[in-house]
Amino acid sequence: MTLLEVAGVSKVFPGVRALDDVSFALRPGEVHALVGENGAGKSTLIKVLTGVYRPDAGELRYQGEPVSFATPMDAQRAGISTIYQEVNLIPLMSVAQNLFLGREPRTTLGLVDRARMDREARDILAGYGVTTDVRARLGSLPLGAQQMVALARAVMIDAKVVVMDEPTSSLEPREVETLFGVIQDLHERGIGIIYVSHRMDELYRICDTVTILRDGKLVHTGRLADLERVRLVALMLGREVSDVRREGFTVFSGDHAAADDTPILRVSGLSSRNRLHDISFGVRPGEVVGLGGLLGAGRSETIKAIAGAYPVDSGEIEVDGTPLRHPTTVKAVAAGIAVQPEDRKAEGIIPGLSIRENIALSILPRMSTFGLVSDAKIDEIVDRFMKRLRIKASSPHQRVGDLSGGNQQKVLLARLLATGPKVLLLDEPTRGIDVGAKAEVQALIDELAAEGLGVVLVSSDAEELVEGSGRVVVLRDGAVVGVLTGEDVTTESLLATIAEAGA
Amino acid sequence: MTTLALTTPHRADWLPKYGVYIAIAALVVYNAAFTPYFLTVSNLRIQLIQVAPIIIVALGMALVIGTEGIDLSVGAVMALAAALIPLYLGYGVIAAVIVSLLAGVAVGLINGALVAKVGLQPIVATLALFVGGRGLAVVISDGQLKDIRNADLIYLGSGDLLGIPVLVWTAALAILVVAFTVRRTVFGRRLLAIGGNRPAAELAGLPVQRVLITVYVLCAVLAAIAGLLSVGRIQSSDASSIGLLIELSAITAVVVGGTPLTGGRVRVLGTVAGAVLMQLVIATMIKNNLPPSTTEMVQAAIILVAVYAARERKTR
Repeated sequence: MTLLEVAGVSKVFPGVRALDDVSFALRPGEVHALVGENGAGKSTLIKVLTGVYRPDAGELRYQGEPVSFATPMDAQRAGISTIYQEVNLIPLMSVAQNLFLGREPRTTLGLVDRARMDREARDILAGYGVTTDVRARLGSLPLGAQQMVALARAVMIDAKVVVMDEPTSSLEPREVETLFGVIQDLHERGIGIIYVSHRMDELYRICDTVTILRDGKLVHTGRLADLERVRLVALMLGREVSDVRREGFTVFSGDHAAADDTPILRVSGLSSRNRLHDISFGVRPGEVVGLGGLLGAGRSETIKAIAGAYPVDSGEIEVDGTPLRHPTTVKAVAAGIAVQPEDRKAEGIIPGLSIRENIALSILPRMSTFGLVSDAKIDEIVDRFMKRLRIKASSPHQRVGDLSGGNQQKVLLARLLATGPKVLLLDEPTRGIDVGAKAEVQALIDELAAEGLGVVLVSSDAEELVEGSGRVVVLRDGAVVGVLTGEDVTTESLLATIAEAGA
Repeated sequence: MTTLALTTPHRADWLPKYGVYIAIAALVVYNAAFTPYFLTVSNLRIQLIQVAPIIIVALGMALVIGTEGIDLSVGAVMALAAALIPLYLGYGVIAAVIVSLLAGVAVGLINGALVAKVGLQPIVATLALFVGGRGLAVVISDGQLKDIRNADLIYLGSGDLLGIPVLVWTAALAILVVAFTVRRTVFGRRLLAIGGNRPAAELAGLPVQRVLITVYVLCAVLAAIAGLLSVGRIQSSDASSIGLLIELSAITAVVVGGTPLTGGRVRVLGTVAGAVLMQLVIATMIKNNLPPSTTEMVQAAIILVAVYAARERKTR
């Protein structure tokens, strides 16, 4: 008998089909891995299962009965608990209060029996490896311990299904072991677990079954042990392991690697807390270096660290032979580094300002005398870049927020290029833009490299990464696990390196 | 050529953009028709003198709000500036003015550092000096009202230049300077970019902290100017009453003028119009013998309409 299942479920949001005829079944005691890249539909599926969204089509069955949860609370009462990446308990209340929130033990007078609550909380949490003062504020605990409290709370309220969304992303190795112990325990008690993670080692260690989503569709479901790692990665990324060979989906023309050996960007020993570990690589003028890896491998963090927007504990960054000490975003831009962040809307464009204001943003001092902006100078630059990048808009004064994704991206690239950078850091430059703009952006990257810029390219599209880059540095868990060069820059070797059993 | 292409108006755009001007026009027409002695030089003069300090403070507030911030300490800055005047007036009016402006700079630096460097929310950061600033001002002035007899300072607050009060000239100059700053300077464009999307402005290499600190300094200096002019106008310095609740009038003027609290946009003329509108509302009510409580309710209604209109813009 299945515990929780959906059949043929679809969910449509304006402009995107988040789930398309997806079926999923969880049996009691099963640890079920749910994997897929960004935008594959994992979160939407979880939200359908936990009552946050109602499916547009398809049926939800719980313990064999068709159900429909009106709110997440209903799902929780029925025994479906979710542990989110970010703990959603109340940080200012004590650990014990959080654990018993809404179900506090009472004294005969109807008051909260704090002594008993604290005592029971201590006993329960000990089983999860949390041996803290239960009267301390929850917020004072390390994130890992908070997550254990959330988990303990979920299990306490008679959960039959526990959904874990990247539960280990903020845990220390020791805490991960405790978590796995708890999962083993839940497994033996017949509780079904949906486990979302990108860490291959973890999945293969604790999961029985796997469901892979891509672009809102179900691409595979079955026993995990029967599925090779490289095959799993290939399914996730939508590439066949065997028949990848050049098909020309992208318009990159290839290598511009100059004979010139001095790197224009040199990164060595870059480390940041527990996110980046000793990352080193170099980019020569005219070279496109790809950063490969799965979601959460540390690609975006690496980019941001180089751009001065992510804290760095140790390591050196050198631009054109000049070291960049204590990098800040201001210093990085001044040194010739231009960064295109992954999240265009949140960190890239200024939606309320016009195209010309957005393009001129980083070079205002050059566009002015004594602090007064010269519109003539800006118009000249803006005109040049709008033509070169073929930005389609009614006028340079149009709000950037009103443009299509592709044109927004071009405006952002124009801002980077206007600074006359030596190094371009591009994080998912073609995400969320239409096919035409995608080809244009790819051609532009190629052209810029040919002009002698050093480019660092992050892309979840394996093909784009392989065809666009002369060299690919593969990251996993914040560390470099391999570098593909020359003939080795192929989708197969990329997938193989990503999937390799890790340290 | 540069501005024409801008006119692709959005559906609900006219209300926050022009609503305040329409309301002013309506009130002027009403008063011209029904309120005796409204369109007289002496009445208009009084209205302008009363609104000028609010305009000066509201301009600084508009800049701060443009960065998605808020400054609650402007009234306290006025009180501080006022309290320092009598202490330094003995060295001449220039020394007194400079000292009170420096007080503004100091408060602005503290506010700016708390917001930009420490990372406090602007409402909390400026709340500290909202409370502490006035307290300090009262301590400085020994809690006493002090009469001002210095002719130069009285001229600044009560005198005329070419038949128009110096106070009004000062406000007009402040409007020009702030409008010019927002539209033409590197600083102004950076301010709007930071208010529009701070993470993006940071990644674009803008000196975000420096700009934010400068904005808070400007706001506090404008408030200090309003404070010292007020001393000249009422010819006494009373730290416990000068600038009391002016932060609310200033925020109201900014909001009614169509500047969104979400940052990224500063409407300088709208802010001036917002201050004028609220002044006209009060004047109209008084001239028609309506009690202050009614005036307050009407003001509340206007604020609600303005905020509602701004909200519609966002969901566009």
